[in-house]
Amino acid sequence: MTKFTYPQEQDLQRFVNARYRTAWIWQIVFLSALLLAILSLSALSLDVVDGAFGYVAYEFKKDPLTISQTPIDDLQKEELLTILQTSLSKGAYGKLDKEKPMETRTAEDLYSLVLERIIQVKTLETFPLYDSLFRKAEIEAYVQETYPDARLEFRSWLTPRFLTSPMSSRAEFAGVRTALFGSMWLVTIAIAFALPVGVGAAIYLQEYARKNFINTIIQMNINNLAGVPSIVYGMLGLAIFVRAMEAFTSGAMFGITDTNGRTIMSAGLTMGILVLPLVIINAQEAIKAVPDSIRQAAYGVGATKWQTVWSHVLPNALPGILTGSILAMSRAVGETAPLIIVGASTFISIDPNGPFSKFTALPIQIYQWTARPQGEFHAIAAAAIIVLLSLLLTLNATAILLRNRFQQRF
Amino acid sequence: MTQPETMQYAIETNDLSIFYGKFEAVRDVNLKIEKQKITAIIGPSGCGKSTLLRAFNRMNDFVPTSRVEGEILMHGTNLYSKQIDPVEVRRRIGMVFQKPNPFPKSIYENIAWGARINGFKGDMDELVEQSLRGAALWDEVKDKLKQSAYALSGGQQQRLCIARTIAIQPEIILMDEPASALDPISTLRIEELMQELKKNYTILIVTHNMQQAARVSDYTAMMMLYEETRSGTVIEYDETKTIFTRPKDKRTEDYVTGRFG
Amino acid sequence: MTEQTNHHPSPPPASFRPSDLKRKLRIGEGAIETLLFILGFLTIFVTVSIVIVLGDQALLFFNDPQVSFREFFMTTQWQPAIGQFGIWALVSATLTTSLIAMAVSLPLGLSAAIYLSQYASPRARSVLKPILEILAGIPTVVYGFFALLFVTPLLRDLLGADKLGVYNMLSAGIVMGIMILPLISSMSEDALSAVPNSLREAAYAMGATPFEASIQVILPAALSGIGAAIIVGISRAVGETMIVAVASGATSKFTFNPLEAAETMTAHIARISGGDLSYNTIDYNSLFAIALMLFLVTLVLNLISQWIVSKFREQYE
Ligand SMILES: Nc1ncnc2c1ncn2[C@@H]1O[C@H](COP(=O)(O)OP(=O)(O)OP(=O)(O)O)[C@@H](O)[C@H]1O
Ligand SMILES: [Mg+2]
Repeated sequence: MTKFTYPQEQDLQRFVNARYRTAWIWQIVFLSALLLAILSLSALSLDVVDGAFGYVAYEFKKDPLTISQTPIDDLQKEELLTILQTSLSKGAYGKLDKEKPMETRTAEDLYSLVLERIIQVKTLETFPLYDSLFRKAEIEAYVQETYPDARLEFRSWLTPRFLTSPMSSRAEFAGVRTALFGSMWLVTIAIAFALPVGVGAAIYLQEYARKNFINTIIQMNINNLAGVPSIVYGMLGLAIFVRAMEAFTSGAMFGITDTNGRTIMSAGLTMGILVLPLVIINAQEAIKAVPDSIRQAAYGVGATKWQTVWSHVLPNALPGILTGSILAMSRAVGETAPLIIVGASTFISIDPNGPFSKFTALPIQIYQWTARPQGEFHAIAAAAIIVLLSLLLTLNATAILLRNRFQQRF
Repeated sequence: MTQPETMQYAIETNDLSIFYGKFEAVRDVNLKIEKQKITAIIGPSGCGKSTLLRAFNRMNDFVPTSRVEGEILMHGTNLYSKQIDPVEVRRRIGMVFQKPNPFPKSIYENIAWGARINGFKGDMDELVEQSLRGAALWDEVKDKLKQSAYALSGGQQQRLCIARTIAIQPEIILMDEPASALDPISTLRIEELMQELKKNYTILIVTHNMQQAARVSDYTAMMMLYEETRSGTVIEYDETKTIFTRPKDKRTEDYVTGRFG
Repeated sequence: MTEQTNHHPSPPPASFRPSDLKRKLRIGEGAIETLLFILGFLTIFVTVSIVIVLGDQALLFFNDPQVSFREFFMTTQWQPAIGQFGIWALVSATLTTSLIAMAVSLPLGLSAAIYLSQYASPRARSVLKPILEILAGIPTVVYGFFALLFVTPLLRDLLGADKLGVYNMLSAGIVMGIMILPLISSMSEDALSAVPNSLREAAYAMGATPFEASIQVILPAALSGIGAAIIVGISRAVGETMIVAVASGATSKFTFNPLEAAETMTAHIARISGGDLSYNTIDYNSLFAIALMLFLVTLVLNLISQWIVSKFREQYE
């Protein structure tokens, strides 16, 4: 009888309690993994914010007060123009005028020129937000000692001007305007390609495809494409769009001759192919969610397949398809590697004027600026990251709203 | 004009067998469905009633593994012959499903859509009104035609589905347990409606409710499973009166009197 | 019931012609189906193009007299300038960063998945899941910034600036792990929730605590699904570009020491093609050879994981 015994009474209670204790400890361990994830996310966000604001030690060749009584931030276009005319040498002014006639330039442009060419601000060192807030005295003492002539000023690198200024080789004047336009063009082309193709493919697979070899292969292939590294898509884009189809992507076919294949069109199509599997898979899910009873009802009143799909399946799947497309768009906005390969220009200050122009994009700028050793470039990289993340947040919030607004009614 | 003999029935089947892959779900059915009468199909669960009914308007085409042997004749034409267009068949033979399945659109659109895709020319408002009246729903919904059909009660939704079906003027209406998801009052209304409809349409109805079959139908087909193969077939087909009072087959008698199984 | 007949739709037309049932030529229907098929088939075309494009240029590379297959796969120096093409110099960095990434993301992701699927209340889930989704949605270039300007300085403070350079594989690998964590966690969670509840109930009926049921019954049952998650994670790590391009250095070097700087396959492609590279040079072609390897490796990994997932799904269907 005593061969098989289990703990009894108090032993049992102790035994069970011990088991519960182990369980409790492990639960804490599991939870801490999530806490660590939250911590990483917070660290990342704080790091970005930390970099985008803070004290800057800088000096300038010419005190702004000597050129104008009103702060130059508030000057009108004409006044800026006069300052440039009077302070720049004839040759320098003429050269600028030749690049782009001064009268046609925007006030933004002129403002940057004044800062760059006349006042000549030079950033000596930047300080992160945390230090700027809590160790102000130390920074002041340090700057006093190392750069006796410098001024110390609290600066937000993320300003309206940062959004509206074009690219510049000087961090102080650089903005993301060009990059924002580039990104918008890019995403537009990508989604204009991927949405119709992807939804069409999804309809085929969900509504038409019979279970045979070729369709199984298509489905498997789509799942695989979703896992292909983005840099490989970049190589594909480089070989096909940039080189093989140069006549089209450079716009030469349409009489545009000043570019090679490294245009928005190439990058947009590459990005379109990259997000295609994502669009297809999401659209498939949305179509799958449309209940079969609706299809049967349509067939029951004598509808053909396409009439059923067009009038009932697609409208009911539309919110899901749109949500998926927005997610695909945010993927396209943030993707960097393929753009490097396809050849985003790293330095370009003219707004893209169409699908066949050279371009830069937001993530490319972030990459470039992060890779620079100087602190002020890291600061604008951080500012650009805030812009990028806000853009993504807006996109995703739209997707969530859409999803909730058009919750499935079945 | 003299009608050929085959024309006197709305639809007839000759040695009809229906397969799902290798499995023969329905075997050797021979039925002649009378015009403008209500024919009920009864029988235990899984004996192939729905399968048979869905074969009439080729809804089984959507089950990739399904296959039909034998014939279904309508006006002497085999509905499964190569030249027949299944879409056209479904226009001629409408269907009302077990669970009400209106389109997630307005009440008006639910009726208008089917008419429109079938090339209806004429006053759509009038068609909608007539169909809704035909389905005894007009008075309840005439003020909210633009509202979503999903806002209707289950019984109203089912009558909307019937209205949608009669709007395209089929000859035959198939109903697969049309009242099984409804409360007794809604059920009664559907049954009354069927009596109205049979003046113009031939109706085939699958039902589990013996009283319902006895109440509404003129003819009844009793289906049962072959024990060995698990295939269903029609074991008795006659006037409803006969089936419920003097059935020839012992199994039918057991079933209709509730002594089955 | 007095005027019912007035309102009935007219009965079917008496002059019914059987020929009306004849199959109509629906050209539109057929055309649409063909078009949709072409769109679906386009995806195959994408894959084929990838293989052809990469294979074609890679072939040019291997046919170059300066290159030999043996050298490519067996040597450890990658210096195109002096004609050395030993892929191991790049593979070593890819392996090292990927391993670090998995070492970070696997325990964390799995723990998170267990917590979310076995412990978290619906309310806790609704807060915690979106946080992981946000992590998954952050562009990798932002992670690169984070690695270079936050994690690396932090590590240098901890380990000593003399031990760890500004560019190193450790920091890149850790941040890559954080990036992959949501993927591992969500795939593992799917696998855990796919285990039928009856199994859990069976464990409870034998006197198991919830924890014992989760770890000793549910987890083993979900193991193949978790395996698939790990493989997808590795494939993601191998193909990741921006984090390593920013944070792990720009010189190819054969080393497995995470404290050193070294260039991965992806980072190398990004750096070389980012410059003004002229077409049809050996450097240019070599990039395609590397990309082909990347593609094949990730393809095999993805296929394996898909196969595991489908097997796993069958098991509980
Ligand atoms: N799509 C299908 N694929 C394979 N087999 C099916 C399919 N639909 C039905 N069957 C099988 O065909 C047989 C008949 O099914 P059917 O639905 O016609 O029965 P029923 O008489 O309508 O039953 P119930 O009264 O429960 O509705 C059953 O054995 C069923 O499993
Ligand atoms: Mg049935």
